[in-house]
Amino acid sequence: MKKQYYQYVHISVGILMLLGLICFVFLAIKVSGMADFGQASHYSVSAEFSNIGGLKVRAPITVAGVKVGEVTKIELIPNTLNAQVTMSLYNDQPIPYEDASARILTEGLLGSNYISIVPGFDSSDPQHQFLREGDVITKTQEALVLENLIGQLVFNIKK
Amino acid sequence: MVNFFERLGSKTIGLLHASGQSGLFLLRILWQKPDFVRIWPVLSEQLYFVGVLSFLIVVVAGLFIGMVVGLQGYHTLQKFGAISQVGQLLALSITRELGPVLTALLFAGRAGSALTAEIGLMKATEQLASMDMMGVDPMRRIIYPRFWAGMIALPVLGLIFSMVAIYGGYWVTVQWLGVDPGSFWSNMQSAVDFRTDVLSGVIKSIVFAFLVIWVALYQGFECNPTAEGISQATTRTVVYGSLAVLGFDFLLTAMMIGGW
Repeated sequence: MKKQYYQYVHISVGILMLLGLICFVFLAIKVSGMADFGQASHYSVSAEFSNIGGLKVRAPITVAGVKVGEVTKIELIPNTLNAQVTMSLYNDQPIPYEDASARILTEGLLGSNYISIVPGFDSSDPQHQFLREGDVITKTQEALVLENLIGQLVFNIKK
Repeated sequence: MVNFFERLGSKTIGLLHASGQSGLFLLRILWQKPDFVRIWPVLSEQLYFVGVLSFLIVVVAGLFIGMVVGLQGYHTLQKFGAISQVGQLLALSITRELGPVLTALLFAGRAGSALTAEIGLMKATEQLASMDMMGVDPMRRIIYPRFWAGMIALPVLGLIFSMVAIYGGYWVTVQWLGVDPGSFWSNMQSAVDFRTDVLSGVIKSIVFAFLVIWVALYQGFECNPTAEGISQATTRTVVYGSLAVLGFDFLLTAMMIGGW
């Protein structure tokens, strides 16, 4: 009787601990979407924008709407007072370098900002066909700030 | 007038005395040589009492809280045409706040009060004193395993609560109110960060476990060994434990959002 009771106690405690572990894994994978465990290989490139709007660190970088990386650092360049955005891109999809451009767009009307990279053409330089570590994307388009647009509209209507 | 000062002084001294005593009590628990192998039989029995027996109330509470957050979130977000964000609302509010806090409150009521009453009764019936007489340290035999059982059980229960609550919300919003399951999960996954949301919830749970179990064991160990004293100590466990959890929840949230 006593032994059976202890067996029951131990088994139920074991099941509880196992359930806790399962819940932890569930929260990690299904809720927080930790799919990029193995995305260890990435490279970082940077771009200079005159206005980044509401862009934040960890905002997604997309090509044709598909996420290919995220923003890792945003800082102000002392001389030009432009914003330098450093982004980390996954290695699995090479992006043609020549003439590549980056734009800051907004998801929907009230959504958050993200960066869209428009890939360039195949380069004539066979050494530097694709974006690689340390590259700077020179062609950029600043964020559209809704207030500025409305301001311009109102100004034009008054004229 | 003199009477007033006398009462104020005695209250202050009593408060200082209690805080010093509880601090020493905690030090005596933490000072024990860590030896989980020898206390394992006692520890697993205590895990059964504080963990397994609290399982049902935690699951039922989690289910209903998830369902109600899902329902409220749905009706509020519907006004802005943003019902696809309901998964994000549910997961963030539950993993960050409701999961750890409500589990700790339930734990203080279900397991903390039971621990206080048990230890208080042991003291009233002089079991603790007779153990001391036999050369068995009650600190080591009674308090230490219960402390670690609480420290292990509450974070585990908190994780179970979070999962059950998210599935409760999923059931209401997706199965019943017809939110698209794809957008439910994908919005949740893009908003919830493992480190800042899930892990900080677990850290909160651990801190709450520490507070609740400390209050419960101290109140039991230092209660007046009478029927009335035990009832007062049990009440105090629930009240002080819950208040400590809510107060520290604010502090911890401020620290975590501030990025300390």
